[in-house]
Amino acid sequence: MSTDPQMTAERVRGPVIQVRGLAKAYKELHVLRGVDVEVARGSIFALLGSNGAGKTTVVRILSTLLKPDAGTATVNGFDVATQAARVRESISLTGQFAAVDEILSGRENLVLVARLRHLRDPGGIADELLARFALTDAGTRRVSTYSGGMRRRLDIAMSLIGDPPVIFLDEPTTGLDPQARLEVWQAVRELARQGTTVLLTTQYLDEAEQLADRIAILHQGRIIANGTLPELKRLLPPAKVEYVEKQPTLEDVFLAIVGDDGTDSTAGAASPAGTKNRGTR
Amino acid sequence: MTKHFVSDTLVLLGRSLRHISRSPDTIITTAIMPIAFMLLFVYVFGGAIRTGSDRYVNYLLPGILLITVASGISYTAFRLFLDMKGGIFERFQSMPVARSSVLWAHVLTSLVANLISLVLVVLVALGMGFRSGAGVAQWLAVAGIMMLFTLALTWLAVIPGLTAKSVDGASAFSYPLIFLPFVSSAFVPTESMPGPVRAFAENQPVTSIANTIRDLFAQQQVGGDIWIALAWCVGLLVVAYGAAMAVYHRRTG
Ligand SMILES: Nc1ncnc2c1ncn2[C@@H]1O[C@H](COP(=O)(O)OP(=O)(O)OP(=O)(O)O)[C@@H](O)[C@H]1O
Ligand SMILES: [Mg+2]
Repeated sequence: MSTDPQMTAERVRGPVIQVRGLAKAYKELHVLRGVDVEVARGSIFALLGSNGAGKTTVVRILSTLLKPDAGTATVNGFDVATQAARVRESISLTGQFAAVDEILSGRENLVLVARLRHLRDPGGIADELLARFALTDAGTRRVSTYSGGMRRRLDIAMSLIGDPPVIFLDEPTTGLDPQARLEVWQAVRELARQGTTVLLTTQYLDEAEQLADRIAILHQGRIIANGTLPELKRLLPPAKVEYVEKQPTLEDVFLAIVGDDGTDSTAGAASPAGTKNRGTR
Repeated sequence: MTKHFVSDTLVLLGRSLRHISRSPDTIITTAIMPIAFMLLFVYVFGGAIRTGSDRYVNYLLPGILLITVASGISYTAFRLFLDMKGGIFERFQSMPVARSSVLWAHVLTSLVANLISLVLVVLVALGMGFRSGAGVAQWLAVAGIMMLFTLALTWLAVIPGLTAKSVDGASAFSYPLIFLPFVSSAFVPTESMPGPVRAFAENQPVTSIANTIRDLFAQQQVGGDIWIALAWCVGLLVVAYGAAMAVYHRRTG
């Protein structure tokens, strides 16, 4: 993804997410101690941090679910504290744990969200998203019968309805198999290509490496590093050149054997011949 | 945002009604306990109870209807609890959905579900010999009082639905409500009770509501009881609604 047009957009319209001095404590536990972050419009921004670093807390504050103790945050030009309603019109949230209606079917879930966003042709929107996330066959089944990955895909699909300019994805690929993960990555890139700003949190460093235009690391309540991947790499001492035989990673092996054609994992295993062809290098 | 209040509430109401239609057992179980009480009291204890009315089931039905609602509203707390727990609630909260629509949808669903349960109970009562000469106006008055009562108790149920830590906690609050009719005029006339019990029974809401409904069914002049009954229902409704909304805003910011 080229960064030049985005840099221009940034200068023209300013950052779409602006966070200053954000602080939040749960009783004695000071989770955020002054977080400063800016996210450029149309970019993919990854927030990294270990378990309990406060990533979800930041996302919940930005999506108006939680009030900060101190500091300000604006999304799409609206203050999360004083213009919550306008913020909600500008965003969509995919929380850390799938927020889907188990009793309804996948399609009904999508129709529900489309109706609540006051869109025309909710049925058409639902069908299109089912197709895009390889859920058409399961569309009329109750979500309680879905696998974790299907649920997650539905969850993300629900967040795309209405094309909000900003999307928050809290650990979107946790619990997904490698193919589903690649599909989600693809969807995220597609969003950014269409101009949507994506703020995602993750614990997978490769996910941030693959997707993000900028990466910030949240540690002990503050952003301790923030930059593009090359910028962050420059923080380390220069790399030594070593010669090592390149072994396929386990992920390469897994994808080769199972087949990475992006279909549902229930669609059938790859043929033995295919396995052999793809598996040998 | 409030410009969408009605349409958002209707969309969410449709969702909840779908939930109910997919687990109709919640309506059946709501009706089963009061029907069991009705059978027990009419065919086992009823012969020994002097009420002054010709058929005991005629005397009993109003109290049974109140018990039906008292047990039915616990499902509102239950469904609300599941929404909170499952994250879908937060999805709605992060969307441009009218704020209180989420609660109103659950409350209206409760009205519909309880109405169906009440109809089931009345049908069984008719089968057991319940008869009323009440005309359309009286039936409408009974329906109105029951709706008001259901509305008040449902808003009460919203509070544990929003605050409970476990499923059991969400529905346990209704047990005392189910018990309340037993210490009232619902099953036996209060005259037979010893002093302090009688004083409690005569001054708690169930007695005035049950007496009012009984008078309406019997086509008798409703006395001052109806005003006491309405005062209880409206009072409870206002207090429960206020408390539920306060809890809601505290929980969701
Ligand atoms: N409602 C709450 N009450 C008390 N403590 C909380 C609450 N929510 C979060 N915390 C605590 O705040 C800290 C940060 O939580 P948060 O969920 O933001 O972390 P996270 O970076 O998203 O972690 P993970 O990678 O595990 O999802 C944790 O120590 C957590 O236990
Ligand atoms: Mg988290």
